[in-house]
Amino acid sequence: MDNGATSPLAARGAARLTAHFWMILGVIIVAFPVYYVFIASTHSVQTILRPPLPLLPGSEGYENYRGAFSGEIDRIGGVSLWRLLGNTTLIAMGIALGKIAISMASAYAIVFFKFPLRMACFWLIFITLMLPVEVRIQPTYKVMVDLGLIDTYAGLILPLIASATATLLFRQFFMTIPDELLEAARVDGAGPWRFFKDILWPLSLTNVAAIFVIQFIYGWTQYLWPLLVTNSNEMNTIVIALKKMISFADADTPWNLVMVTSVLAILPPILVVVLMQRWFVKGLVETEK
Amino acid sequence: MRRTVFPHKLLPWLLLAPQLAITLIFFYWPAAQAFRQSVLREDPFGLSSTFVGLANFRKVLNDPAYLNAAQVTVVFSLLVAFFAMTIALFLAVQVEKIVRGKGFYRTLMIWPYAVAPAIAGMLWLFMFNPSFGTLAWPLRQLGIAWNPLLDGEQAMALVVAAATWKQISYNFLFFVAGLQAIPKSLLEAAAIDGASRRHAFWTIVFPLLTPTTFFLLVVNTVYALFDTFGIIHAVTSGGPGRSTETLVYKVYNDGFVNLIMGDSAAQSVILMVIVIALTAFQFRFIEKRVHYG
Repeated sequence: MDNGATSPLAARGAARLTAHFWMILGVIIVAFPVYYVFIASTHSVQTILRPPLPLLPGSEGYENYRGAFSGEIDRIGGVSLWRLLGNTTLIAMGIALGKIAISMASAYAIVFFKFPLRMACFWLIFITLMLPVEVRIQPTYKVMVDLGLIDTYAGLILPLIASATATLLFRQFFMTIPDELLEAARVDGAGPWRFFKDILWPLSLTNVAAIFVIQFIYGWTQYLWPLLVTNSNEMNTIVIALKKMISFADADTPWNLVMVTSVLAILPPILVVVLMQRWFVKGLVETEK
Repeated sequence: MRRTVFPHKLLPWLLLAPQLAITLIFFYWPAAQAFRQSVLREDPFGLSSTFVGLANFRKVLNDPAYLNAAQVTVVFSLLVAFFAMTIALFLAVQVEKIVRGKGFYRTLMIWPYAVAPAIAGMLWLFMFNPSFGTLAWPLRQLGIAWNPLLDGEQAMALVVAAATWKQISYNFLFFVAGLQAIPKSLLEAAAIDGASRRHAFWTIVFPLLTPTTFFLLVVNTVYALFDTFGIIHAVTSGGPGRSTETLVYKVYNDGFVNLIMGDSAAQSVILMVIVIALTAFQFRFIEKRVHYG
């Protein structure tokens, strides 16, 4: 026993204070790069190129953003910022909604129907977990060329919407639906569509929201796939466009515009994660287990 | 298996059709092609190919560049997994001690999850850019010859930092969930017995977190192996002098940039075996966890 020099309460308070200290340090490290790029986007090229960069926003912010949206990105990247944001939004939404649609349909078929090869279909979908794009780059590219899907939205979206994890999650969830519910619905004369629309869909909404957040981020942050299947600047996602901007980097690179583009590439997915945090955390912890 | 099901015979196939079509066309067919090409060798004009058995594998596994990539991958993955998990666990333990403001910290901690790996790499390169990076500047003032574009070890440090930074969010959320699942009564009992916080952490909390830690170890390894392609492509392109060329980057470079089909296919097959082993390990392990945890 210590001789009461510090009461348990005071010790706990001190521990909490240290905890706050470490968390603030952690948050600074974690959030700093994002904050820093935002700061850089509000300064002129000259200021950015002369280190160290001020830690507070500069006065060029309005100019930089207005310029970026009204033609300056076209000049350096060959494609407008609007188009890049539009492409990326379309791809991210297409992938997220596409995954939800086809994996819900598959899980519905596997759980609520009985047919030959039912489990074989399930395993066929499940095993795709072990075949990420990264391990079959070249042959997949060849398939895309043969099907004429290079530089198309279909090519950017379709191959990425197969989802073993989403199918697994929906299957797991559908299996928790009590038999009595289905029996009752069938007694009332409900067919598969009515049962899905009136009973299953409303019950699935939280799961759908959770999967949507995870897959929207997945779609927005794609890199290798768009790199493989796009050649034209018009079809670039904002991430690929940024990479192109900095790889031609020389003394004339308009770093202020690169910074504006970075901020716009980071902001939408961060907003989705932060605003839909509750579903995001649930989705993350449940889909990955 | 459910007792009640719908009686339709054709409908389930229609529901499964889109997913099955996509997996067959874009997953199974290319994977089968990778296997086929891995045992063939094309002539220089790509007009005919001959069966060469395991010759491509032998060639790849004896190639110093491939062995270098394997070594780079192991070092890179170990460093990323170790730092991303240690930092996340430390912060998760800290945030659990806090009563007010937990939500605030969590909101800020999850930002990097939403940042594309390639952009994470670009952000770190921007901060540590040898000529104008704000954080490279103090290094120079200290007399360190900082230039990750020329120095292999510094390049590795930079990609490890970016990859770690991006993964902290994910690990943090899982460790917080793991910590919250530990019964408070155990810790109170330890406190009454006079155990110090540190002692209680290593003898009670850490062992009970083992399932989470193992799970994250697999996930972090898979992440470091595959999802960090964007970081390496955007920041170093495998350089300088192959010092950051990982296995996945090499498959991309050989198959897509240099167009060496047989070698690239053999590398793909080797990577597939690694993924299958990791996934099998993960599911076997999770199976156990369901029984005992």
